[in-house]
Amino acid sequence: MNSRIENRFAQCRAEGRAALVTYVMAGDPDPETSLAVMRALPKAGADIVEFGMPFTDPMADGPAIQAAGLRALRAGQDTVKTLELVRRFREEDAETPVILMGYFNPVEQYGVTRFIHDAKTAGVDGLIIVDLPPEEDDQLCIPALEAGLAFIRLATPTTDDKRLPAVLKHTGGFVYYVSITGITGAATPDFDKVSGAVGRIKRHTDLPVVVGFGVKNGEHAEAIARGADGVVVGSALIAALEATYDDQGQATAQSIPAVEALVRDLAAGVRRAAKADA
Amino acid sequence: MNAPQTPNSFRNGPDETGHFGRFGGRFVAETLMPNILELQEAYEAAKVDPAFAQEMESYLKHYVGRPSPLYYAERFTEHLREKAKAAGKSGGAKVYLKRDELNHTGAHKVNNVLGQILLARRMGKKRIIAETGAGQHGVATATLCARFGLDCVVYMGAVDVERQRPNVFRMNMLGAEVIPVQSGSKTLKDAMNEALRDWVTNVDTTFYCIGTVAGPHPYPAMVRDFQAVIGTEAKAQMLEAEGRLPDSLIAAIGGGSNAIGLFHPFLDDASVEIYGVEAAGHGVDSGEHAASLSGGKPGVLHGNRTYLLMNGDGQITDAHSISAGLDYPGIGPEHAWLHESGRVKYIHATDKEALDAFQLMSKLEGIIPALEPSHAIAKAGEIAMDKPQDHLMIINLCGRGDKDIFTVAEHLGGGL
Repeated sequence: MNSRIENRFAQCRAEGRAALVTYVMAGDPDPETSLAVMRALPKAGADIVEFGMPFTDPMADGPAIQAAGLRALRAGQDTVKTLELVRRFREEDAETPVILMGYFNPVEQYGVTRFIHDAKTAGVDGLIIVDLPPEEDDQLCIPALEAGLAFIRLATPTTDDKRLPAVLKHTGGFVYYVSITGITGAATPDFDKVSGAVGRIKRHTDLPVVVGFGVKNGEHAEAIARGADGVVVGSALIAALEATYDDQGQATAQSIPAVEALVRDLAAGVRRAAKADA
Repeated sequence: MNAPQTPNSFRNGPDETGHFGRFGGRFVAETLMPNILELQEAYEAAKVDPAFAQEMESYLKHYVGRPSPLYYAERFTEHLREKAKAAGKSGGAKVYLKRDELNHTGAHKVNNVLGQILLARRMGKKRIIAETGAGQHGVATATLCARFGLDCVVYMGAVDVERQRPNVFRMNMLGAEVIPVQSGSKTLKDAMNEALRDWVTNVDTTFYCIGTVAGPHPYPAMVRDFQAVIGTEAKAQMLEAEGRLPDSLIAAIGGGSNAIGLFHPFLDDASVEIYGVEAAGHGVDSGEHAASLSGGKPGVLHGNRTYLLMNGDGQITDAHSISAGLDYPGIGPEHAWLHESGRVKYIHATDKEALDAFQLMSKLEGIIPALEPSHAIAKAGEIAMDKPQDHLMIINLCGRGDKDIFTVAEHLGGGL
């Protein structure tokens, strides 16, 4: 059903390593730069790409992603344009799984049925909607699953064994373990605790478990990759991009190379972890 | 959407999943879900514990100063009758003020904060966070944290910090840390985002004391229950004063906690007309307002489904009101439901109408109202003129205007 996601994890497993999942904000700082960034990610070593759908009030995100969302919105990004970016990304890349991540209100205003249809058509493989816990599954999760889109759920350190089955019930594609209680881009996780937490989740599911929040460089990625099926990096990529923007917040010639350099560093990290384990 | 059915009672909501009809719910990140469920459990237990009720009652009486008077506003009433007469009408309702501005800390906010702080103590939480707009909820939270020796952090939009300086000073005096929020529009909604981010980060130690009937379930119901003391008192007081129920109620609405507090005990009294007054800023048609029901549409923000101000892409737009306490692009989900069911009539008043009412009430009754209830006073004046003289009306005077004198002085020209 979600063959692109399954295939990609199978490939990574065959290589004996964790997958690198990268997150950038769709439309940051403008649609064309954003598309170039998206296309650069898999080429530099990303296995799965997540595109943020900007929202004015991202209550689970830290300053880096908040600012990226506002830059994208100021440049006129909306759901229509985000889906268009995915479609153009797909023209050149038929294999890399694409996950859209965001908040429910823009999706609902677009129309749930229309969104699922258009996302599927554009080449989206999965959705992460931060403010839809299992308690609100009938809003989007169930119809998305029925249409063949994976609904990827976040599990957190506060999700105890009692609650995990409810969280995992309709989760597809993979499970996203949030390694800290906090917002995106915040503190660096305690790597020793992470693999224990992944083990705990794996007792409840056969899905791959990826770990994110607070991963900033290849060393972090390496440490996480030893105990997980994948590593997610978002805020650090956005910060690397932002550091290359000019005074007006526009992209420069350094923007794409900066992203490529960080992704290569992260990709080397997950591969080092594989060798160390071998 | 299907037309909402008229329920047997308007007082049964929410259902067990926190929904008032299609509104409400629990739209939060997974990190918060276990906490919200824990809070719900703790609140359900407290609600049926006589010791909790007794503790509430004791502090409401001796610390807050309840019951607040239900006061016949004689000169305001006479003024309206003269105005009606001049317009060739024989009307002019008899207007009472429910004087929640006399509570300790100067507004209705303390009723709710007391309940939540007593609950936080039962749950063993030592750190309290809150969002605030006008600063009244922040001051009430800082006050009770001081009283019970709890750490207090208040998030306040940077714009609001500027326009409500006296309340920032008060919170600091009370030992609270006030954090100016620089993100987004730097007002109440952004303060709420930042408080939610804090809560996500510090879930184990921290209790989030929400100031209005919004947020994920159980907040809208819990805050309403704590504020319902306003309506419960008003009902008994009106029966004592006039021997019968009031004919109408009117209250200002931002998130809507003072309003639901007054309204809820009367919702099943079919003879009582109920009016909620939203802030129309420069006018609902101007695009610069905070009237979510009159100028918004249903969506999801801050943990619940309700009416919101937003653009076509679902991006939340900035609210505008002269009153920082009403400057919020949403409204409590129960109000959204009462609006669609038709039980409560929602209207709106502009900045200018509120400013005029602020001055009128000050001069006629010697009561300086906050800018928030000034919106209700403005519309009460209009509605009362068309009602017969034996029509009994209650305005919720939910806060006093000391905090607003700088804003008002600036608008009247000259400043202080």
